Amino acid sequence: MTRRVVRVASGQGFWGDWLEAPRRQAEGGPIDYLMLDYLAEVTMSILQKQKERDPAMGYARDFVGAIESVLPAVLERGVKVVANAGGVNPGACADAVLALTASRGAAGRVKLGVVTGDDLLPRLDELLAAGHELRNMDTREGFDTVRQRVVSANAYLGSGPIVEALAGGAQVVITGRSTDTALTMAPLRHEFGWRADAWDQLAAGIVAGHIIECGAQCSGGNCLADWRTIPDLANVGYPIVEATDDGTFGIIKHPNTGGRISVASVTEQLVYEMGDPRSYITPDVIADFTTIRLAQDGENRVRVFGIRGAPPTDSLKVSIAYRDGWKAVGSLVYAWPDAMEKAQLADRVLRERLERLGLRFDHILTEFVGVSATHGPLVKDPGRDAPEVQLRIGVRGHDRAAVERFTRELAPLILNGPPTVTGFASGRPKVEEIVAYWPALIDKRVVTPRVEIRS
Amino acid sequence: MKVRLLDIAHARSGDKGDTANVGLIALRPEWYPLIERCVTADVVAAHFAGVITGPVARFELPNLGALNFLLRGALDGGGTLSLKTDAQGKVFSTALLRLVLDVPDDEARAAGVPAAPTIP
Repeated sequence: MTRRVVRVASGQGFWGDWLEAPRRQAEGGPIDYLMLDYLAEVTMSILQKQKERDPAMGYARDFVGAIESVLPAVLERGVKVVANAGGVNPGACADAVLALTASRGAAGRVKLGVVTGDDLLPRLDELLAAGHELRNMDTREGFDTVRQRVVSANAYLGSGPIVEALAGGAQVVITGRSTDTALTMAPLRHEFGWRADAWDQLAAGIVAGHIIECGAQCSGGNCLADWRTIPDLANVGYPIVEATDDGTFGIIKHPNTGGRISVASVTEQLVYEMGDPRSYITPDVIADFTTIRLAQDGENRVRVFGIRGAPPTDSLKVSIAYRDGWKAVGSLVYAWPDAMEKAQLADRVLRERLERLGLRFDHILTEFVGVSATHGPLVKDPGRDAPEVQLRIGVRGHDRAAVERFTRELAPLILNGPPTVTGFASGRPKVEEIVAYWPALIDKRVVTPRVEIRS
Repeated sequence: MKVRLLDIAHARSGDKGDTANVGLIALRPEWYPLIERCVTADVVAAHFAGVITGPVARFELPNLGALNFLLRGALDGGGTLSLKTDAQGKVFSTALLRLVLDVPDDEARAAGVPAAPTIP
């Protein structure tokens, strides 16, 4: 007897990923689910600012275009979509998707599942009053130092509400801040009926999610091993999990696509952004990455098995963003000969002028692109012959006027600093507000996910 | 014998706040034990002296022929705070691969690792 397989395809690894990918995944071969991951740590704060300006915003707008591109597959072939595109406004995201389906003559034919309850911003005072400290889980600092500057606060929800939405018949599930991995694990849990304490299977679903959550980064994109020989990246195939109910799965991609799925490419993705491999904590389960076994199982197919899991903790992670000053970064390019020496002199001149102006910054950072920007002092002096060196200098601080003034001090160096300088076409550096990240933990019991089915 | 990590391993790196993680993977499974013995947390901390401000932790994944390193204080504050080109630690991977190991000749021969090219 052949085991039933469920295919979950990754069509977006972050907001800004390849616009072609969702449609290519939906049309390139058989899939059951399309998983789209839009949210990085800083994305929620950007979306919160957009929502403050316009209450109908605050979600990943690319998602509406993605749904448009896969609508035939959803309507005609029953492909389901799971995405955390809702950001800080899943309801508005659902409105936009329903407006789109109506405008394409599919009004009432697409059932949406909308997951909310992750947004803790309106509840912060209530939670603090009830004794939830929201201490920074990395630095142990108290929350009162940032309370008045908070922009957004969202708990990472697990697979439960997505499973509930799918069980309710949703064809498209839109969440706010769900864990990236839950977007893959929830469809598998729904299809195979895995119990909430089937730790090994749930952990396998999480590992599957970790492998495909960054899109093509496991199928040949950003792959260092044998990178020159990876074929046809222009036509790269995004990854697909092909799972069975025992918690083993294959990583594959559609035929006639570029890229490569190998033990090396999958291993690179497994170790990406990893902490303690024995304890990959999610709201549903703790996965042990030291139990993962990989085997090449034909061309562009890696079999993944052996995964063990353990019960989760009583906490959820909370992602909090807060305003933390201003920054600006600018650059100038110095040419041969002695490019590095000229760039170094320009840096000294600029710093002396900032000093004389009495400007106060929390930090000034100089990098020499082409020499030391990426690997710093690990690189030997390039000598006098470097064809060019880019002086890249940035400042940050809480005095916005000082940061603004810094942006005016770079261009003058073109005429009043060291010679053979160019590369200022993009103009003055832009002053950006810093929205910093505050990770915290909260008792699971005070976060109540909600699921709404709409059509 | 001098052995370049670049010749016997590949790597990928990323960020969590101000911490960079570097996953170091043996290019051949039989090279993993040598990498595990030679590339200790102390060796990596010494390699990144002047680049990172905090300590280095190491985790082993023999099942994947891989080591995971956490480099604290690597990203100028990390995330949106950082002024670095590589604010998200994406290229610490090859920074680690710049490491050159001093391996006893018999151990290197037994493992079959290539010697670093001699500079003329």
